[in-house]
Amino acid sequence: MTAELQFDVAHLLAGSLVLVSFMLLYQARMYALLNLFALHAVVLSLSVAWQAYIQGAPHLYVTALIALGFKGVLIPVSLHRIVQQLHIHRAIEAVVGVGPTMLIGMGLVALSIGVVIPVTVETDSLAREDLAFALAVILLGLLMMVSRHNAVSQVIGFMSLENGLVLAATGAKGMPLVIEISVAFSVLIAFIVIGIFLFRIRERFDTVDLRALDDFRGERRLFRMGEGLDTVELPAVDDSRGERG
Amino acid sequence: MAVISSVVQGVQVLLVVVLAPLLIGYVRKVRARLLRHRGPSLLQPYRDLVRLIHKDAVVAETASWLFRVAPYLVFSAIWVAAAVVPSFAADLPFSRSADLIVIVALLGTARFFLALAGLDVGTSFGGIGSSREVMIAALAEPAMLMVVFTVSLLAGSTQLSSVVAYMSGPDVGVRISLALSLFGLMMVGIAESGRIPVDNPATHLELTMVHEAMVLEYSGRHLAMIELAGSLKLLVYLSLIAAIFAPWGMAVAGQGIGSYLVGGGVYVAKLAVGGFALAVFEASVAKMRVFRVPQFLAMALMLGLLGTLLLFVSRTL
Repeated sequence: MTAELQFDVAHLLAGSLVLVSFMLLYQARMYALLNLFALHAVVLSLSVAWQAYIQGAPHLYVTALIALGFKGVLIPVSLHRIVQQLHIHRAIEAVVGVGPTMLIGMGLVALSIGVVIPVTVETDSLAREDLAFALAVILLGLLMMVSRHNAVSQVIGFMSLENGLVLAATGAKGMPLVIEISVAFSVLIAFIVIGIFLFRIRERFDTVDLRALDDFRGERRLFRMGEGLDTVELPAVDDSRGERG
Repeated sequence: MAVISSVVQGVQVLLVVVLAPLLIGYVRKVRARLLRHRGPSLLQPYRDLVRLIHKDAVVAETASWLFRVAPYLVFSAIWVAAAVVPSFAADLPFSRSADLIVIVALLGTARFFLALAGLDVGTSFGGIGSSREVMIAALAEPAMLMVVFTVSLLAGSTQLSSVVAYMSGPDVGVRISLALSLFGLMMVGIAESGRIPVDNPATHLELTMVHEAMVLEYSGRHLAMIELAGSLKLLVYLSLIAAIFAPWGMAVAGQGIGSYLVGGGVYVAKLAVGGFALAVFEASVAKMRVFRVPQFLAMALMLGLLGTLLLFVSRTL
């Protein structure tokens, strides 16, 4: 098999992952969103398996299986059940419209390509391309988290972000299996915690729309009463934190 | 040599006009069969054209010369585009004189004159139709251009014959950008030729019609020209998709008469497959609201843009 074909297939799979991230971004229906997330994980596991094959690294197959089992089957199925129990299988809306979100997403993809490609001149092309797409998937996951009000879609944004991390990790050669397994389990635990939170939020506010939390903290009400920006108390910014980091 | 290719070019120019109504009839027939209707005959579009040509053209009192000229301008612009797109043979004389960007511009010119003609008479329907058509075009054209850029970047040329040669060669490989461009181009084609999720060619319901509203004032031979131009436009998009993404079986200059015949047969088969797919798609989706059309086309634009971006990654490495 030629190196070119190897690269092309890796490119195809990683590019499909970015594409599915975009589909997650605009999908407004709950069940379709969950199915798309499962597709995201399946594409990720295919991509990881292909990396395992061309790098000759058998432990990456385990990573692929973990991705397929946990994120392709377990988490979507349990999210399906949560959504059913919470009775929230209705449409969800984004903060800004679909068009602007897509444009911002495009900008993020261009940004991640523009950032990663120049700084990784030393490494081989496979890792560079994987890193660029992984950064794009991570940024798109973050965008999904900030553009959605619904707690469940924010969870999906978080999980798709984690998929991007796995893609980045497999692109770099020599990632130990221990780290991958621990990341997978920490994601699972995060999922359990988030699931419990979902039910708590629902119990308390009768909705999983996170704007209710903002209202509860009194952050939005001031705007709504028209008191102007200057009366809003913003939390004090800790400047020293940035310097230490 | 030059004589043969000129003759073949002439055959193509005539063939596209002859085939275009048949394609429309075929799509209607398949769609009707899928809906368990019997459907009109395959030749019905030809009969409609003949009937329209024999009728008198009724022109509104307020119409200017533009109204009378526009159908011929629209038809000729689209006809030129159809003559340039390689159908059953690549490397024809016309194909060298115009590239993909010219084809986009020709289709844009046709749309411009049709929109002007819709506004010309001053009825409210024409105005609605023109404004909607321009709204669709404003998004469809950039999406189409992004697809064109992706394909041209890959093939290293905007000439369709070179693109065809590259796509049927061994250098293509597995590329996600091509898949994205294919879907983008299909969405643009559906929007531009006024097929179902965007516009319904079979209805005169005022809330939803786009193209039909624009040409509502036309009758007789003018309407025949516009109908023929519309069917030709669908053929152009199908040929374009076939030429870029399925260039197999196309005859190349320097081969014998036999290869042209084979190319013609393959071309008709490709059109049949494309028309069938279009009919199945049309039968399985519902017409969307006019205000959702921008979202649909934004998706096509996004696909084209993403294709270009992903291509950029694999190119710079």
